[in-house]
Amino acid sequence: MSEGQAERVSLAAIFRTFLFIGATSFGGGVVAYLHENLVGGRRWLDEEEFLSALEISQTLPGLNATNMSVIVGDRLRGTPGAVVAFLGMALPGTVVILLLGILYGEHGEKPGIAALLNGVAAAATGLMLAVTLQLGWKEFRGTADVLLAVATCVAVSVFKLSLLTVLFTVGPVAIWWYRPGRNG
Amino acid sequence: MDRLLPLIGSFGILSLLAVGGGVAVLPEMKDVVVHQHHWVTSDQFVDLYSLGQMAPGPNMMMVTVIGYRVAGFPGALAVTAAFFLPACALALFANRLWRRFEGSPWRESVQRGLAPLAIGLMAAGVVSIAEVATRTIPSIALALVVLSFLLRFRVNPAWLILASGVLGWASSLA
Repeated sequence: MSEGQAERVSLAAIFRTFLFIGATSFGGGVVAYLHENLVGGRRWLDEEEFLSALEISQTLPGLNATNMSVIVGDRLRGTPGAVVAFLGMALPGTVVILLLGILYGEHGEKPGIAALLNGVAAAATGLMLAVTLQLGWKEFRGTADVLLAVATCVAVSVFKLSLLTVLFTVGPVAIWWYRPGRNG
Repeated sequence: MDRLLPLIGSFGILSLLAVGGGVAVLPEMKDVVVHQHHWVTSDQFVDLYSLGQMAPGPNMMMVTVIGYRVAGFPGALAVTAAFFLPACALALFANRLWRRFEGSPWRESVQRGLAPLAIGLMAAGVVSIAEVATRTIPSIALALVVLSFLLRFRVNPAWLILASGVLGWASSLA
């Protein structure tokens, strides 16, 4: 990508682009905004490169949005590119949430504000469930996938096992199940 | 500094455990900040998550507010850095390493194996918020309406979040 490109993308351009994505991506669907700006608008990535970066972002720990910014920034301009892309992505949200947090600290107890947040919390639950179901619909390819997901959820939600325990027990089992040459 | 170190330690570890993204790490985060350290109550935790829905960008900006509530602006900065930097550094180096394994059969195994795990963790994240967010019949109904809307129509979730907030506020006037 960076080697093949005739002109290098400037760090300022990377920062501006991710600042724009970070400031406009409301509602959690950061991936759609990334796609629109990186593949559609700027043509910094083609479809295949975008999907490959997304696959890595989803497998690694951390948020999709910030992992994508780091990986794309790195591809365009190495470590400095990754740093400015991350800063652009996180800066607007940090400023907005800090202001909201201060307001919440002062007015959070008021009935109107509490009721507003209750409405948002219910909607956020529906949104998270939709995202999870849609991802499951897309990724699940057999009974084993469903069983692994259910086992993971039950281990955390019902048996209250720590995330570390779950990652290091279910994780190896899942990877072994899909070991090269087995179970496709 | 006494208050900053536990914040940095806790959120630094959460950062590296966030397989499946922000939602997947919610149950563990809730356990750490509500039950182990008592930085916020479980209701406040869900309030802050809701607050995060109204901010743009990565969906876990709520961590900044947890830091702010515990230790002011230094706390906000410390938690934001501790929660984002370890995972970002890992992404930077693992991505370079990962690309070297392009076409390796084990790379495919890791990706295939971790995908259902991540979805299971996300589902557990939904449960951890739903436990608090959908305790009343109207809130369950609202969550289900939003869910079916999103599954059926292509609509920006931000509008549904906003409308639900207004609806909640209006209900307090009645």
